[in-house]
Amino acid sequence: MSTDDRPANVALSPELGELRRQFETWEQLELAGFLRKSPERQAQFNTLTGFPVKRVYTPLDLAQTPAEDIGLPGQYPFTRGAYPTMYRGRLWTMRQIAGFGTAEDTNKRFKYLIAQGQTGLSTDFDMPTLMGYDSDHPMSEGEVGREGVAIDTMADMELLFEGIDLESISVSLTINPSAWILLAMYIGVAEKRGLDLNKLSGTIQADILKEYMAQKEWAFPIRPSVRIVRDCITYCARNMKRYNPINISGYHISEAGSSPLDEVAFSLCNLITYVEEVTKTGLHVDEFAPRLAFFFVSQSDFFEEIAKFRAVRRAYAKIMKERFGATNPESMRLRFHTQTAAATLTKPQYQVNIIRTAFQALSAVLGGTQSLHTNGMDEAFAIPTEQAMKLALRTQQVIADEINAPNVIDPLGGSYYVEHLTTQMERAIFDVIAEVDRSGGTIRLIEEGWFQRRIADFAYDTAIKKAKGEKVVLGVNKFVEPGEKADIETHPYDPSTAQRQIDRLKRVRRERNQREVDRLMQRLLEAARDADENLMPVTIELVRAGASMGEIVEKLKTLWGTYRETPVF
Amino acid sequence: METKTKTDIIRVIIAKVGLDGHDRGVKIVARTLRDAGMEVIYTGLHRTPEEVVDAAVEEDVDVLGISILSGAHMTIFPKILKLLKERDAEDILVVGGGVMPDEEAAALKAMGVKEILLQDSPPDAIVASVRRLVAERGPK
Repeated sequence: MSTDDRPANVALSPELGELRRQFETWEQLELAGFLRKSPERQAQFNTLTGFPVKRVYTPLDLAQTPAEDIGLPGQYPFTRGAYPTMYRGRLWTMRQIAGFGTAEDTNKRFKYLIAQGQTGLSTDFDMPTLMGYDSDHPMSEGEVGREGVAIDTMADMELLFEGIDLESISVSLTINPSAWILLAMYIGVAEKRGLDLNKLSGTIQADILKEYMAQKEWAFPIRPSVRIVRDCITYCARNMKRYNPINISGYHISEAGSSPLDEVAFSLCNLITYVEEVTKTGLHVDEFAPRLAFFFVSQSDFFEEIAKFRAVRRAYAKIMKERFGATNPESMRLRFHTQTAAATLTKPQYQVNIIRTAFQALSAVLGGTQSLHTNGMDEAFAIPTEQAMKLALRTQQVIADEINAPNVIDPLGGSYYVEHLTTQMERAIFDVIAEVDRSGGTIRLIEEGWFQRRIADFAYDTAIKKAKGEKVVLGVNKFVEPGEKADIETHPYDPSTAQRQIDRLKRVRRERNQREVDRLMQRLLEAARDADENLMPVTIELVRAGASMGEIVEKLKTLWGTYRETPVF
Repeated sequence: METKTKTDIIRVIIAKVGLDGHDRGVKIVARTLRDAGMEVIYTGLHRTPEEVVDAAVEEDVDVLGISILSGAHMTIFPKILKLLKERDAEDILVVGGGVMPDEEAAALKAMGVKEILLQDSPPDAIVASVRRLVAERGPK
């Protein structure tokens, strides 16, 4: 889209007409003369998504965005920010994710991060927990507590948050197919401590559709999995007023290789599916939409990312209002967490990762994020050390406290370029959604591998561009230092982890009332068979009685089966 | 002009083992090798070492490529190598890919993994190392 894309029949105002004449004169005189002597570095420049960009933007470009689409902060369509005061009122939540070993190990890291000034918690689980396997399952071998914390029973959850006040800090649980069980454990722990569920804030990720698209963690087929998401949303709407029952996540779509456009467009396709599912239960969109939350990556194209965040806020507001008939402005206000882009980190010259991460973090802040995780410089080697996490947190603190960036809301609002790119991104988002609607909807296209193929194609193109040097990655295809030896201390894995974890799991199984667990498991199956029943209440009873996550998942697999993807490459 | 016979074409299985779902790299590798004229089978996600070794033996491949980004490489690769030995199929060349510290990559090579291709390995380097390994081994 260029300045000349405007409909020919739209008359320019006298001021813009004059500007256009000035622009054309500038192109013929200054620019043409200069280009003859000194050509530009490339014939064409593109954003990371592939939108061609012009050499300069002017009020002529800005005029293509209606003033009401830009608006003001905290007001529909929320382009300029979710809240009227943004960071002048409260800074974004600094939420570094952590998780490794057993619950005790991660609890120590949580307390360290809080002591360093972190203001929210985020929990990374190990692969078995993410996939719904207990630590003693054969598939779990070698994975227990390795790239996240191992959680099997409510006893683990108690230790994970031991000594941390859950009413005063928000807690994110990065978990999907087994999310409802972890939420049940979290509720169980809170109730055991006598806390008010309506005072708990935080989120489970529970965005199962992006798993089938991108991250590939699943336990059951698609439809029963979406039903579980529905159950979490309706349960929280009625019982946990401040809790976000879902974090609709583009992050993993991007990390799997998608363009920035597809990251946000596919996320909104998933949103639409969930809202349709929940409203089928009779809940009005305004009863749950204010608690829907999002999670995006901050990629390496600085201005495109800022435009992406602004565009997705605007697109969301329009979808909720126009497509779903929301009337409460809070249902139209998109709030999101951001993580910097792990796939941009390199092993060679790994200190450069600090700089990459700092720019990505600044994009997120200029784009108006509600919370932020900055990656550790060592994450191309292993999960981060305490030192690497501290430096990553300090990166956020520099932006927050030293450079005066948070003191003006949406400081790039009105930028000819950023507003143009925001509108371009928004239009492209609606084009993707229209294509998905026309082709039978999100679930059908996941089953057909459409999203997966689009992600794989972009990932492949990116790999080719890196190989050709068209996409520069310092240390990898430019300024390479041959023979470089990485002098870095990485996070060690404690080999006693699996045994310690399995010992506790066995103790819980030994000490529980098995007849009660068996009775509740039957209840679980009955609840699962009735598509109108909510699985949360019986699951809460099960985890309180000492049932493990893996046992609950295995029981439901007897009813629903599992999922196997037809791979596309 | 010499035409390629079936035995000239390098046969590769690319596999994801364990619970790890990171498949961005593995799909790029599969496509790269296919575009370079090799016969490529991709197993899909969440396979056990036994399933993968069975498939490699059954398909009589030259190369078995395993991608792991979950950190479980020090558990899974030794299992694969042991199973190949038990099946008397040590002429199948094992190549690894993923994210791991350098010293663990070196340890895996000492155990018998022929090559470790880490993140950001350029596509043409991947093709070249598969061709080199097969040429060094000679015909099966």
